[in-house]
Amino acid sequence: MMRLSPFNIVSLTLGLAFLYLPMLILVIYSFNESKLVTVWAGFSTKWYGELLGNEAFLDAAWVTLRVAVVSSTIATVLGTMAAYVLVRGGRFFGRTLFSGMIYAPLVMPEVITGLSLLLLFIGLGVDRGVMTIVLAHTTFSMCFVSVVVSSRLVTFDRALEEAALDLGASPLDAFRLVTLPIIAPAVISGWLLAFTLSLDDLVIASFTSGPSATTLPMKIWSSVRLGVSPEINALSTILIGLVTVGVVAASLATKQSAIRAKRDEQTAARTA
Amino acid sequence: MGQLDRNGRRRVGVVRRLVLITVPYLWLLALFLIPFAVVFKISLSDIALAIPPYTPTAKDGIWTMLSGLDFENFVFLTEDDLYWKAYVSSLQIALISTLLTLLVGYPMAYAMARAPGEWRATLLMLVILPFWTSFLIRVYAWVGILSGEGFLNQFLLWTGLIAEPLTVLNTNTAVYIGIVYTYLPFMILPIYSALDRLDGSLIEAAEDLGCSRLKAFWLVTIPLSKNGIIAGCFLVFIPALGEFVIPSLLGGSSTLMIGKVLFEEFFSNRDWPVASAVAVILLLILIIPIVLFQRNEQRQAEAEQ
Repeated sequence: MMRLSPFNIVSLTLGLAFLYLPMLILVIYSFNESKLVTVWAGFSTKWYGELLGNEAFLDAAWVTLRVAVVSSTIATVLGTMAAYVLVRGGRFFGRTLFSGMIYAPLVMPEVITGLSLLLLFIGLGVDRGVMTIVLAHTTFSMCFVSVVVSSRLVTFDRALEEAALDLGASPLDAFRLVTLPIIAPAVISGWLLAFTLSLDDLVIASFTSGPSATTLPMKIWSSVRLGVSPEINALSTILIGLVTVGVVAASLATKQSAIRAKRDEQTAARTA
Repeated sequence: MGQLDRNGRRRVGVVRRLVLITVPYLWLLALFLIPFAVVFKISLSDIALAIPPYTPTAKDGIWTMLSGLDFENFVFLTEDDLYWKAYVSSLQIALISTLLTLLVGYPMAYAMARAPGEWRATLLMLVILPFWTSFLIRVYAWVGILSGEGFLNQFLLWTGLIAEPLTVLNTNTAVYIGIVYTYLPFMILPIYSALDRLDGSLIEAAEDLGCSRLKAFWLVTIPLSKNGIIAGCFLVFIPALGEFVIPSLLGGSSTLMIGKVLFEEFFSNRDWPVASAVAVILLLILIIPIVLFQRNEQRQAEAEQ
């Protein structure tokens, strides 16, 4: 490929600095002794201690985790089903509406999704809490899952599935033993995406939750509206750390499996 | 399964297909489409001092309900300056930030596409990583940087570039910075993938035929990455238009964005019918860029075939 010009190097360096400096500052100042977040007063981990002693934050974190696990799991099942229908379903009544309902939530402003679900729940007289947040999160994240999974299904060689059916597998077995292992990476990344979206959501959760359920982003929101706080810096550092470890581990795992697949191919070629 | 005859097997297949279609279909109907119908209906209702704070409701009977609906809230929206200004300023803020994101993102995507092969995976990961970290935290990070005694002012005062601290936080400038920062990956990725597919020999050909490097860039690279630019711009513009977190946290009281107005109308004023009317109009405005975006994606998919 072409060589990088000085201009390329400068724009990459400045761009990456722009992306990472704000988070770096946040991380560094979470270890600041002083309550004044912009004045450095020495190294300390006391804000982490305060954070772990803060029951409200821990409760909110627990609610968020439960909502994220449940909603992303249901969303993965529904989203995979929807992807299957979109790619393999052929023609059926209302197909255009169906694909419209899959793609629309991806671009819908959160305030509108949140408002519409809240009005529905109130209209039905449903008590708002963890359950309604789960319903809301499942609805928008299943659409993301279905986009991720259907992009994989499109490239999937259908002959493999037909071969299994010809060899006597039931459709369910063919799906379980042939299709699922092949689309598994997409299903897993769909789940991860749904999980992250749910962990991250503030607006839809604010609309659909009741007094009984406060999620972590809602808790963070109510305290950052009052300005910068060292406890939130500590919390942010923990979250940034978890994500970094997760993403780096996932990308290493993908790289490993790609290397393994290549090696398997080479071995197969040699023995053949 | 083995005992079933051919017809039985087919019937099982039909039932399975039906279940596969019906379950996600009904879910989306109940929790995506019907809620919109509810919003639309409430936008035509009147405010009432009860919970739910609007009339008429379905309990009054279908006919009374239908005859009680009118476009009063929409008329109200056109009469009150606030809403007009909020729509116009949302469009303006979204447009300016999209252009700024393009200005920051294009050189980065360009440099990534020219980088040696072994760097690319790492660079790509570095661009995607912030996308996985909490949106709220990334916006919050700028509060400490842009505030009066924040890091930006400290730095600028230290270098002697300014004598007085600048007011950046709680202005539209802070909102632009926030949008560029949080949506940058959405701009870089489609442009990078367009540039990555670009055939380097075309640029060489242009240069051999006497184009300067800048001219070759302008006449060859930019037009060939046009689809990536368009996709990136829509991916930033569409969510920026309805943004709530960024204007609330970084913008000031004078920053008008429709997402913020809707949130406040609903939670502070508790005027549900007007909030619903605001949402319906925002949706109507969004349909245009969404349709254009879809068309661009379709054209690109067709071009690839």
